[in-house]
Amino acid sequence: MEKGLGFGNDLNLKATELRLGLPGTDEVEEQADYNVRNKRPLPDATVAEECGGKGKSDAELETAPPAKTQIVGWPPIRSYRKNNIQAKKSEPEAPGIYVKVSMDGAPYLRKIDLKVYQGYPELLKALENMFKFTIGVYSEREGYKGSEYAPTYEDKDGDWMLVGDVPWEMFINSCKRFRIMKGSEARGLGCGV
Amino acid sequence: MRNDRAERMSEDDDHRSQPSDLDFTTNKARNCSPVASGSGSGVTEEFQPTYLDEVLDNVLENVLDFLTSRRDRNAASLVCKSWYRKEAHTRSELFIGNCYAVSPDRVTARFTKVRSLVLKGKPRFADFGLMPPGWGAHFNPWVMPLARAYRPLLEKVHLKRMSVTDDDLEMLAESFPGFKELVLVCCDGFGTSGLSVFVRKCRQLRVLDLVESEVSDDEVDWISCFPEGESCLESLIFDCVECPINFEALERLVSNSPSLKKLGLNRHVSIGQLYRLLLIRGPQLAHLGTGSFSLSELAPHGDQEQEPDYASVFSACKSLVFLSGFREIIPDYLPAIYPVCANLTSLNFSYANIDAEQLRPVIRNCHNVQVFWALDSICDEGLQAVAATCRELRELRVFPIDAREDGEGSVSEVGLQAISEGCPKLQSILFFCQEMTNAAVIAMSRNCPDLVVFRLCIMGRHRPDHVTGEPMDEGFGAIVMNCKKLTRLATSGLLTDKAFHYIGRYGKLVRTLSFAFAGNTDSGLKYVLEGCPQLQKLEIRDSPFGDAALHSGLHQYYNMRFLWMSSCRLTHEGCRQVAQALPRLVVEAIGSPNKENMEMDDPVDTLYMYRSLQGQRNDVPEFVTIL
Repeated sequence: MEKGLGFGNDLNLKATELRLGLPGTDEVEEQADYNVRNKRPLPDATVAEECGGKGKSDAELETAPPAKTQIVGWPPIRSYRKNNIQAKKSEPEAPGIYVKVSMDGAPYLRKIDLKVYQGYPELLKALENMFKFTIGVYSEREGYKGSEYAPTYEDKDGDWMLVGDVPWEMFINSCKRFRIMKGSEARGLGCGV
Repeated sequence: MRNDRAERMSEDDDHRSQPSDLDFTTNKARNCSPVASGSGSGVTEEFQPTYLDEVLDNVLENVLDFLTSRRDRNAASLVCKSWYRKEAHTRSELFIGNCYAVSPDRVTARFTKVRSLVLKGKPRFADFGLMPPGWGAHFNPWVMPLARAYRPLLEKVHLKRMSVTDDDLEMLAESFPGFKELVLVCCDGFGTSGLSVFVRKCRQLRVLDLVESEVSDDEVDWISCFPEGESCLESLIFDCVECPINFEALERLVSNSPSLKKLGLNRHVSIGQLYRLLLIRGPQLAHLGTGSFSLSELAPHGDQEQEPDYASVFSACKSLVFLSGFREIIPDYLPAIYPVCANLTSLNFSYANIDAEQLRPVIRNCHNVQVFWALDSICDEGLQAVAATCRELRELRVFPIDAREDGEGSVSEVGLQAISEGCPKLQSILFFCQEMTNAAVIAMSRNCPDLVVFRLCIMGRHRPDHVTGEPMDEGFGAIVMNCKKLTRLATSGLLTDKAFHYIGRYGKLVRTLSFAFAGNTDSGLKYVLEGCPQLQKLEIRDSPFGDAALHSGLHQYYNMRFLWMSSCRLTHEGCRQVAQALPRLVVEAIGSPNKENMEMDDPVDTLYMYRSLQGQRNDVPEFVTIL
């Protein structure tokens, strides 16, 4: 099983994108990014080609990875169900860690799953993409330089901390909420606590 | 999950043995001449009824009122011409298992007082993309005849696998102002604009259930189109409608519906919105589809207040017995449903990606659950937890998160074995897995003697018992041998003709069979066609059965609703011969490349054939050839 199924990226901007297509029809693009394993030659390869060539329902074709590795209509699951099963966003063992993210000046909160990211750089990049801004360069002494934004989080004790000070594992287990601060408040936090 | 109405349409629970369509060639009464002959007490213009005849007539009519089962009524209608007519004039619930078996005109000519209609269209394999779009099963040709014949009586219409257009919905609403109940299961062809017109015009609507149907988003706010003021709505199920809805309008509607017992929300309803609806209607609800069970993506900035106490609102849901939804579940919220678990008889987690750890605290309290649907994310451990608590389980369905042949399997024979040991009352199972053993299937056949429906889908084609390397023949054989009430069987894995031999030998009550990638030679299919007298529906794909096998079932096809064979070894000539031998059968070759120049040996990719009183249908698309 591909661990990173197409909709595994929780920053699913597509979910809020305005479009006219039916939900589930964007999978074609996401599927194309798969690194599909080379399957062994199928005994019924001709069947697959025949089936693939006919006017089969679009939903079926969209949900299957590149045609030669899957037979149409097998296993027998309705495309509605295939399209609507929520993918596991992270390693199967643990549930996701969801935190709300607010950014000063932005009208809407977002929610992200911290388990999806391997470390700070990934997380910050994702936040940059989500809110369309730039975070400065992190240094232990000076916090985030080069931008008026600073990523902060509220930890289990209720304190507001600068993101990046503690090891990643400790961070994701203690982070309750995220806030991207702007302006003077940010600078205040940045100047070494 | 289909609500119980849709489940009743599935017929697996019906233990009668007679054909379920309109009665057919065995109806002798139909061939009688119009003038009463022999001992029939039929009344004609020339015949002066005696007092005794009138009494008998009244008695008959009153007694027939008590006959509700369609099979009983079919039998009664065969007694004599008078009974045939009386039955036809008193039948109020009409069931048509194949919309092409009989024409609308014929139906309305015979049955004059129909209040409720169940109509089914496409065969089941169409759900899996094996039928090209536009094949048929249109509701449209039925609408006008129904409107002409059954106004104002008709108040319930249930359609399954039919194509329904917005215009059809509008016409239905306009023709029957007192319409009460619309149930659409696995239908398509309509959208929110059709729904909006329908709900606006049907002011007496009690039930609107959309189950696993494809509803196009016409960007119309259909919820707002329900009439203002007090509504008599009892059931509103729209889990499958994939468009955002106007929540304020829904809240108003729920508030105005004191009789509402069933509510199925779609995934655009957040848990916060669910909370508000439950505050209004929670205590009355017996059936709830929770919607997303997750937070809304859009929340105003500064939303820092306490989240509502979801558990407390669920505790007030004292009538709740059926719970589904969880379309985008955040497992942290699961504890909210703990208060209702003990009362639940049906729990559907089949859209919820939860693991065994998350399931355990929920299922631990579900002592009364009889129907449980889940994803294989719960793994064998989750199934063990189910087996430990749900002694009353009658139906289990386990769907795969990763619906691919070589995907990672999370459930196996371990889970199946556990269920068979913990749930002896099991009647129906649908189980998707990557690997299985004969031993576990045999164990289930022994531990669960009440099994009526056994559907095992080993997703790898031709996969043998992964421990012994043997075909799965013995497992399925044990099922037909030991489960004496079995009426529906779906097989998978590596199967030889031996499995078919077992089924033909022991499957005497079997009505529905599904085979895929199974068997070695024509003998396999022959065993089944010759050995299963109750066979109604036979679906086969990608199996090496040819014309000879097809011909071995000639004695059977008039007793069956349909036969489907795709990617087998049939030729045009072979199918044409069947069509010639059985004139009342409609033999469709679907997806045939070239209509005009048919060679004898040309393969038939998909054969779909069914008995019919109306002969060839008049809406055949160009990719279908009627032989």
